[in-house]
Amino acid sequence: MSLDAKIPQGPLAEKWSKHKFNLKLVNPANKRKYDVIVVGTGLAGASAAASLAELGYNVKAFCFQDSPRRAHSIAAQGGINAAKNYQNDGDSVYRLFYDTIKGGDYRAREGNVYRLAEVSVNIIDQCVAQGVPFAREYGGLLDNRSFGGSQVSRTFYARGQTGQQLLLGAYSALNRQIHKGKVKMYTRSEMLDVVTIDGHAKGIITRNLVTGEIDTHSGHAVLLCTGGYGNVFYLSTNAIGSNVTAAWRAHKRGAFFANPCYTQIHPTCIPVSGDHQSKLTLMSESLRNDGRVWAPKTVEVAAKLRKKELTADQVKEEDRDYFLERKYPSFGNLVPRDVASRNAKEMADEGRGVGTSGFAVFLDFADAIKRLGQEAVAAKYGNLFDMYYQITNEDPYKQPMRIYPAVHYTMGGLWVDYNLSTNVPGLYALGECNFSDHGANRLGASALMQGLSDGYFVIPYTLGDYLATIGPKPVDANHPAFAQTKKDVTDRIAKLLALKGTKTVNEYHRDLGHIMWEYCGMARTEEGLTKAKGMIQALRADFWKNAIVIGANEEVNASLERAGRVADFLELGELMVDDAQMRKESCGGHFRLESQTEEGEALRNDDVFAFVGAWEYKGDNQPEELHKETLEFEFVHLTQRSYK
Amino acid sequence: MNLTLKVWRQKDANSSGKMVSYKAENISPDMSFLEMLDVVNESLIHKGDEPIHFDHDCREGICGMCSLYINGRPHGPKRAITTCQLHMRSFHDGETITIEPWRAAAFPVIKDLAVDRSAFDRIQQAGGYVSVNTGGVPDANIIPIPKVIADEAFNSATCIGCGACVAACKNASAMLFVSAKVSQLGMLPQGQPERWSRVQSMVAQMDEEGFGNCTNTGACEAECPKEITLTNISRMNNDFFSAKLFREEKVHDHSGGGE
Repeated sequence: MSLDAKIPQGPLAEKWSKHKFNLKLVNPANKRKYDVIVVGTGLAGASAAASLAELGYNVKAFCFQDSPRRAHSIAAQGGINAAKNYQNDGDSVYRLFYDTIKGGDYRAREGNVYRLAEVSVNIIDQCVAQGVPFAREYGGLLDNRSFGGSQVSRTFYARGQTGQQLLLGAYSALNRQIHKGKVKMYTRSEMLDVVTIDGHAKGIITRNLVTGEIDTHSGHAVLLCTGGYGNVFYLSTNAIGSNVTAAWRAHKRGAFFANPCYTQIHPTCIPVSGDHQSKLTLMSESLRNDGRVWAPKTVEVAAKLRKKELTADQVKEEDRDYFLERKYPSFGNLVPRDVASRNAKEMADEGRGVGTSGFAVFLDFADAIKRLGQEAVAAKYGNLFDMYYQITNEDPYKQPMRIYPAVHYTMGGLWVDYNLSTNVPGLYALGECNFSDHGANRLGASALMQGLSDGYFVIPYTLGDYLATIGPKPVDANHPAFAQTKKDVTDRIAKLLALKGTKTVNEYHRDLGHIMWEYCGMARTEEGLTKAKGMIQALRADFWKNAIVIGANEEVNASLERAGRVADFLELGELMVDDAQMRKESCGGHFRLESQTEEGEALRNDDVFAFVGAWEYKGDNQPEELHKETLEFEFVHLTQRSYK
Repeated sequence: MNLTLKVWRQKDANSSGKMVSYKAENISPDMSFLEMLDVVNESLIHKGDEPIHFDHDCREGICGMCSLYINGRPHGPKRAITTCQLHMRSFHDGETITIEPWRAAAFPVIKDLAVDRSAFDRIQQAGGYVSVNTGGVPDANIIPIPKVIADEAFNSATCIGCGACVAACKNASAMLFVSAKVSQLGMLPQGQPERWSRVQSMVAQMDEEGFGNCTNTGACEAECPKEITLTNISRMNNDFFSAKLFREEKVHDHSGGGE
């Protein structure tokens, strides 16, 4: 099957406007004849559901949380990029486009990324109009700060909780449509399968997480806005409930899964403190605006710090290695995430890591506090400092933070074309759950931008084209495909509930996480990946024999919910390993030890690997088939990324 | 650390519940409170017993899903944090810890420690928004907003909708929550056109849901993990009475125009 990304022809800056004109429209009177299903209510889902309902479509929205406001977009801290150039510092749509393509290590589509940069400015306008309280200057205008991978200040923010404020904006727009009856909201509902009829997505199967009821819902189109799959690593900055199930079920119904090995390991997270740890907490990238990253120059000093014979502030200036500033003088502490993470790992590998485990480096604010005063630092980052203190019991105003990379975001996801349509007609993927715009590495403050771009400004146009094509004829909810898919779901639940072994689901998840982190984490090798594949297969087989699942279906059952999600992670993990093994180059967050420059930077192989790898499911325990979408670069010249 | 837990167990909304004691053994002071419960649940699962059900998600204090009433206080003994940010170093070895769900008629128990807070969603659906459609809005910098106003609106906007204010209140009043939402939009220029109808719609829905009234005890403010202040309630009262007495806007349907 050939993959057509449907990128419009013509000059970069005209692609999206021309495309919008060429898309078919649904007339206002006909819109109310269409039902659209939106799964997930984070930034992408809430903005899409609200915008489509405003247009007149009937929307059914679903989330597994108890309220749409709790979707994990809420936890994004730092900010959202937009090419407003309010700072007069040389920003432009083209520069945001260029930074994003380069930051993604030239593994994203030019057309998509340019559109993203183009609509970024509308997002800020929209959010302000909704009453999102962004940070402002004394003159009353919006404030900006810098993020990694760029040399301009284009990041809009709301203290350390930009995600919550943007989500509350989208949630309020959603609430307005719920009130008007244009959106029917289903909370505590988990999507467990997609229903396809004649190759088109026509509905979903959900489980009511309170009653256990398995419901079928029909619609003219299904939009998955279900986030990323970082929890395959067990420990990540994702919420405990974040999962791949919706996307994975869609994959097993025919949707291709693209670039699954592209995962983002965020450089500044609070280090792991012990085996009991259930999740990792991010310290926003914005901290690198003022914090300086360092490790001890020598192994000896590091050892003393680990044994607590020395505290960080006692380490003399000449014994410190501000390694990012040293190696990358022009970007300094603000290099992109993949580069910062790899360098921190290098420090730990050399024995220069700190903290009891040795898996940490310092993020130091002493200079910033000296320069700006503690009050100014607190005004900018107070809530992050408090959060750090709560978790570690250490005061970051007095001692530098200890930080270490952790899994944060997944650039891979369901393959979509320029219209955000998967290869299954009628099935769309928005936000982190698609693969599209970040290439092999996402720049900071770009996830919120993409989620809202997809939901507010792309899907309202592109979905209409599909709906106009298929026509408003009602979907036959009695089609046997619904009953059959529902049966598949109930059979699988029964199979899970029959598991009465000796090992908890959580233990399997943790084991999987260890395998993924060790062999498919920050550095990957042919040998390690081969080993990981075998280990995952064995773990999965054992899960289906030996896991313990408690209780029944017809009740609130967290044990069952967890089991279904982990079972899917156990399948996804193997595909990630396959993808990492196939891609014998390094690019962005995907670092193959066999492919690096003399200076240890990621070395791409554009002649062979300048493509999107989209995988097709071929049946349980069968190897998946790889489809390649070649990436054409007409406007940007591919170079070795340099942040020196 | 070794601890004794007294936990509220309730099968579902229709069953009656009871306190049940559990041992929590070999607990590290570095664990979060929820990680301590994870440990207890893992041992229950190994024994084939049903784990203790509680709501939780982000585990970094922002989603507002966690909701435990610990030793008689919402989110436990520490100020300005959620349960998921509470660490076991705040307790001592050998302590008995009582864990209950939020208690309020408007928050019925779903199972064990999880309650139904959909009333909060419905209050916001009644009017907690600015009626703008996607697209067609002016440039973000066209209306300057004084920094003090923007900052104060932000302070109100930090509410995470966890419901601790309701749980803390002897009247199970939702005034702090509702007033934070009303205040945020009431202070910003974008919220002015619907300011008076919004406050009426949201208060009407709040009453409809069965929350109690405010008697100025201030427990909500003391227990709010995001330190939302009582000033918000004054603002809401002011707007509410102002709307009722001096404004012409009525509350028909605060739905912001046609489709």
